[in-house]
Amino acid sequence: MGKITLRNVQKRFGEVAVIPEIDLDIDEGEFVVFVGPSGCGKSTLLRLIAGLEDVSGGVIQIDGVDATTLPPAKRGLAMVFQSYALYPHMSVRRNIAFPLKMAGLPPDEIARKVDAAAKVLNLSAYIDRRPGQLSGGQRQRVAIGRAIVREPKAFLFDEPLSNLDAALRVNMRLEISELHQTLKTTMVYVTHDQVEAMTMADKIVVLNAGRVEQVGSPLELYRTPRNVFVAGFIGSPKMNLIEGAAAAAEGAATIGIRPEHLDISSNAGTWAGTVGISEHLGSDTFLHVHSDHGTLNVRAGGEVGLRHGDRVWLTPQADKLHRFDAKGARII
Amino acid sequence: MARAVSARRSLLTGILAWTIGLVIFFPILWIVVLSFKSEGDAIAAPLAMLRAPWTFEAYAEVQERSDYFKHFWNSVVISVGSTLIGLLIAIPAAWAMAFVPGRRTKDLLMWMLSTKMMPAAGVLVPMYLIFRDFGLLDTLAGLVGVLTLINLPIIVWMLYTYFKEIPGEILEACRMDGADLKREILYILAPMAVPGIASTLLLNVILAWNEAFWTLRLTASDAAPLTAFIASYSSPEGLFYAKLSAASVMAIAPILILGWFSQKQLVRGLTFGAVK
Ligand SMILES: Nc1ncnc2c1ncn2[C@@H]1O[C@H](COP(=O)(O)OP(=O)(O)OP(=O)(O)O)[C@@H](O)[C@H]1O
Ligand SMILES: [Mg+2]
Repeated sequence: MGKITLRNVQKRFGEVAVIPEIDLDIDEGEFVVFVGPSGCGKSTLLRLIAGLEDVSGGVIQIDGVDATTLPPAKRGLAMVFQSYALYPHMSVRRNIAFPLKMAGLPPDEIARKVDAAAKVLNLSAYIDRRPGQLSGGQRQRVAIGRAIVREPKAFLFDEPLSNLDAALRVNMRLEISELHQTLKTTMVYVTHDQVEAMTMADKIVVLNAGRVEQVGSPLELYRTPRNVFVAGFIGSPKMNLIEGAAAAAEGAATIGIRPEHLDISSNAGTWAGTVGISEHLGSDTFLHVHSDHGTLNVRAGGEVGLRHGDRVWLTPQADKLHRFDAKGARII
Repeated sequence: MARAVSARRSLLTGILAWTIGLVIFFPILWIVVLSFKSEGDAIAAPLAMLRAPWTFEAYAEVQERSDYFKHFWNSVVISVGSTLIGLLIAIPAAWAMAFVPGRRTKDLLMWMLSTKMMPAAGVLVPMYLIFRDFGLLDTLAGLVGVLTLINLPIIVWMLYTYFKEIPGEILEACRMDGADLKREILYILAPMAVPGIASTLLLNVILAWNEAFWTLRLTASDAAPLTAFIASYSSPEGLFYAKLSAASVMAIAPILILGWFSQKQLVRGLTFGAVK
């Protein structure tokens, strides 16, 4: 179970239409990630699904049942908040037990489920501490524990890892993915982190100003972005977008080429340029090359022998070139 | 250098604080001293008064002339009763204002506070008539009612500022976890707001205990609290200095002791939740 369907869903705050109109299908067991620039309505959309905000129009169905006007508690979904939102006056045990207590389960069953969840999440050692006595990562685990004990139809995550440091974020990312593998429950996950979106998602939903720009698997979005916005948003570092003469030569208003699809040579090539800043990451080097078509980002191997100011030539790999028309839509 | 300056500054603020504290405390100290002197000595020049022998005379006489415990009990009923009823009304009200504010919530709060700026004497006559017509004069029920109404704006305001400090996401989390409004308040909001509710309770008990305008005017004897008990010793004729002082000490002692033991909560209450 855990199929969520949105039809013509709209949300206005006063005069402002934060979500003009959205249709979306989230399939059973899917890991769906919402990405988009800050303020595009990711959290709002998640909160509409959760029932923490009322829709201004449209229908939300959960497992085929109209849930549009159901209160959050009746939707059978669990949410993990960015701030963790743990109950500070309760121990870890009581935090995790809270939804079960609200559901009216008998105490021995609650205890059994809480212990099982604590074990899965490595929380057994902290079970009697208060949230204030835990580290950020441990708190996040408690929040996840509180969500999984209920065996909800789906999990909703709103940027759950953004308060953690980089190393911990990688760990938790893997843990959540693993959890998804074990539970096979639908997960809806909001993030603005490229890597999280690409690595965790079965399906990415790219949002911009409250509209869906494209829905697809990470590789679909990477390989065939439907428009300039998605092209520029998915992938890190960003795709190079070129307008003007070079684009016209390809019969497009804008062409896009990813840094990893530009071949660099110091002898010959399509576009001439000089090497600007280079960023050495060890495994890769990203070179910023100043050309007639603007500054282009190029991914080169770890050991390139190029220096600032060197003259170079760039050649886009023809089959990896993306072409867009004047409205920004992909030309097939 | 900087350390020397800040040391001197903290010495200066220390002296200033002690001076102000002593000036404020002095009348209370003087009352306590007077209450342990005989009536004759109490009206003597200050130095002579201080040198006069100590005695419990005044206390004995006060206890003989009036029933301290009846007034004490009335004070307890009025102050605690009005505060508890006030909290019962104010907790849901403050919850609504803090977590589901409407467009007029701020105006409503200001309006409530503005009623505190009106001089009480302005409504004395209508209030008196209402009390008379409803047979509430000199009853505990009447006084509890009026003090509840008087302190309600402050109780709502204080609770509102405390509730505002509770992150909305925690309440949303408990809604997701299946708590209805009643259990949200009972299991999450109230426990998290306990320190705030406690200091609100304390401060309002004290305010109601010391309230002297309405308690004096709407009571005669049956429902008269300690304020009326003190007032009965302030007479333009006869020697009452020592007895008045003794009565005052007896009236303020309970609240002083309460305040002493709950200093931390009170300071929180007095700063209206401004400092965390
Ligand atoms: N309660 C509200 N009242 C009015 N406007 C709101 C409200 N909540 C959100 N908005 C507006 O709706 C828009 C979308 O907000 P939302 O929080 O969904 O963005 P987001 O995509 O989650 O952004 P971020 O990545 O920064 O979290 C923003 O412009 C925001 O100002
Ligand atoms: Mg957000």
